[in-house]
Amino acid sequence: MSRHTLSVLVENKPGVLTRVAGLFARRAFNIHSLAVGPTEHDDISRITVVVDVDELPLEQVTKQLNKLVNVIKIVELEDDASVQRELLLVKVRADTSQRRHVLEVVELFRAHVVDVVPDSVVVEATGSPGKIQALLAALEPFGVREIVQSGIVAIGRGSRSITDRALERVGRSA
Amino acid sequence: MPQAPHPAPPRGPAAAGDAATTPAPRPGATGRHGAAGPGTSPGHGPAPVAAGSASVAPEVVSGAQSIVRSLEEAGAEVVFGIPGGAILPTYDPLMDSTRLRHILVRHEQGGGHAAAGYAYATGKVGVTMATSGPGATNLVTAIADANMDSVPLVAITGQVGASLIGTDAFQEADILGITMPITKHNYLVTDPDDIPRVIGEAFHIASTGRPGPVLVDIAKSAMQSQTTFSWPQEMELPGYHPVTKPHAKQVREAARLLATARRPVLYVGGGVLRARASAALRRLTDVSGAPVVTTLMARGALPDSHPQHLGMPGMHGTVAAVASLQKADLVVALGARFDDRVTGKLSSFAPNAAIVHADIDPAEIGKNRAADVPIVGDLLEVLTELVPELERQHAQHGRPDLEAWWRQLDDWRQTFPLGYDQPSDGHMAPQRVIQRIGELSGPEAIYCSGVGQHQMWAAQFIRYERPNSWINSGGLGTMGFSVPAAMGAKVGDPDRVVWAIDGDGCFQMTNQELATCTINDIPIKVAVVNNSSLGMVRQWQTLFYESRYSNTDLHTGHGTRRIPDFVKLADAYGAVGLRCESEADLDATIRRALEIDDQPVVLDLTVSRDAMVWPMVAAGVSNDDIQYARGISPAWDRED
Repeated sequence: MSRHTLSVLVENKPGVLTRVAGLFARRAFNIHSLAVGPTEHDDISRITVVVDVDELPLEQVTKQLNKLVNVIKIVELEDDASVQRELLLVKVRADTSQRRHVLEVVELFRAHVVDVVPDSVVVEATGSPGKIQALLAALEPFGVREIVQSGIVAIGRGSRSITDRALERVGRSA
Repeated sequence: MPQAPHPAPPRGPAAAGDAATTPAPRPGATGRHGAAGPGTSPGHGPAPVAAGSASVAPEVVSGAQSIVRSLEEAGAEVVFGIPGGAILPTYDPLMDSTRLRHILVRHEQGGGHAAAGYAYATGKVGVTMATSGPGATNLVTAIADANMDSVPLVAITGQVGASLIGTDAFQEADILGITMPITKHNYLVTDPDDIPRVIGEAFHIASTGRPGPVLVDIAKSAMQSQTTFSWPQEMELPGYHPVTKPHAKQVREAARLLATARRPVLYVGGGVLRARASAALRRLTDVSGAPVVTTLMARGALPDSHPQHLGMPGMHGTVAAVASLQKADLVVALGARFDDRVTGKLSSFAPNAAIVHADIDPAEIGKNRAADVPIVGDLLEVLTELVPELERQHAQHGRPDLEAWWRQLDDWRQTFPLGYDQPSDGHMAPQRVIQRIGELSGPEAIYCSGVGQHQMWAAQFIRYERPNSWINSGGLGTMGFSVPAAMGAKVGDPDRVVWAIDGDGCFQMTNQELATCTINDIPIKVAVVNNSSLGMVRQWQTLFYESRYSNTDLHTGHGTRRIPDFVKLADAYGAVGLRCESEADLDATIRRALEIDDQPVVLDLTVSRDAMVWPMVAAGVSNDDIQYARGISPAWDRED
């Protein structure tokens, strides 16, 4: 099995996320992460889905997704031709004796502290999945109390836009 | 975010001028070529519109009237349905419609299957209507059935008022969520202004590309609000572009393989019928000289009398059809999907064959078996391009020598013809009963069936000579399909004799539609092939469960209490009931049924319960292990 990142452009309509998620469940495809949000175009939302599949089932995933009427376009983003980022918020135990050490780690990973109370801090970090894992490993010894992650979002490198042609399709209102 | 509210409703009528003069037949026309989808001309001018009849200037109507008007303009002529609370507003204007014939069914499942039978017989979109909650959930089986067999169907369901959605209101069910996995697409409409566009899109989606069911769930509050109706409507389907035109290079490659293969087989599925490509298939058959197998969904796509037709492949296929695929060096799959009932154990299916796979649904290609030459396109276009390409190949390189292959195929056909034994218990052979119905009714009749032994025998022992003369539930295997499907087919094609070949088990699942048939003058003929048991399950119990017949005895046959008595049941429904218990009376009984044309007829045909369907490839076993009859397997590998 290998990991693949798909950018799925969908119509911004009710229930579309359910259709996509339901398809994955029903066809027994493994989702590693899924992130969804608006795009530069009001009528289009973008789902970034990371799946663990072999090459052939990946083709099935793509084809089945394409059959959904609300799915406009699917692009696989290769690791080396795209920027992939994840957002992490992590609550770490940090009393006065520990705080300095925690802040050192935060600095080292170019993360930020976004909330402080006497016995803990909340750290915000963005980065590749690898960096996020490394940061978590470094914070682990201090005591991690709570983690939330966004799931990966990804965009292709270079000037080309995958939404350009999709936009033409919904051009009616463009 | 996808959970955002609906985008603004469409604005006004589009392209009224050009549509006014051309009464385009059906919504299918606009999507013929993938490139012609909505919005391919970026941002300029109006997007293509849902076709239908001539354009209609905006009228101020209720949402309910808008539903009726939309169905009329979308080309619907018949609606099979049942009213209830949430759909009630729509039934009021429906009463006044002169263009829609509503047929009141007795159960929503019957309405759904009837719409499917209608779609099979006419090639048009079948329409069914139901209320919210239980009305909608009763449609689920029929919708799933249509989805598996790619039947164009539009289901309109009432939903509780928009403000009540999500409150567990009386007769509320999330039918959108429930049918998401079993529809090609579905809609929830809460804004009445959306009604015409959504119904136009529903007909378009149901009938183009790979056909399938589309459900439109409409809130009662939308039916009761005022809105404007206009037609045709601008469609908003930026993600829907079925590819119909095949890739020329792939077609050439397919022709090259077909021109050079020594042991080719054309593996024909139901897609050929959906594409109305039987005539083109006939040409390919004649030009290629290759043997043809037609799957359960494709019976009738090529006449059974064609000398190159080997019959049906699969679990209960002919030995020649199954063996031809196993020994082929080239399998050309046309609108077929390598279903497990055809391939047997997938890893040993057609082990030496290169695969050409043509289908309108790209997701079918490579799903079960990798294709060497994938062709995505409408089968009619694929075949229309493939034939001349093949003729060019023949002109250049000569016709392939298939003589040795045909010697082998003919040997299998002669050694292992379809047949059956006379039962030893003195009762009629069910195969004989079904065969005689076919022979006495002829190829112009339509034959529907339920699911089980009688279905397999009807596929084996009736000879199909024309497309859409065989209507059955293949993918989902829905018992109870035949009576309502026959009803729908008879409504769609009233001049034909329409048989429901049924089993005593199947018949008890949906026979309430006999009331619908009698009251609405839909004189179908039902042949209950009565073996007093759930026959196919019983056959498996005989073969795989040491003849322990757990819960398969139905007590409907000879020597039982006959609960129910099918003749009395027919009588109660105002149909003619005739019983036949011996072969001496068989032909006369069938002839009597054929003579009656003003009432439904039910034949109770008592047959042996020990008859089994042969040949058989047991589930999960290699096709190589096909049994011609119990314990008898053909000896292979004589040809090398």
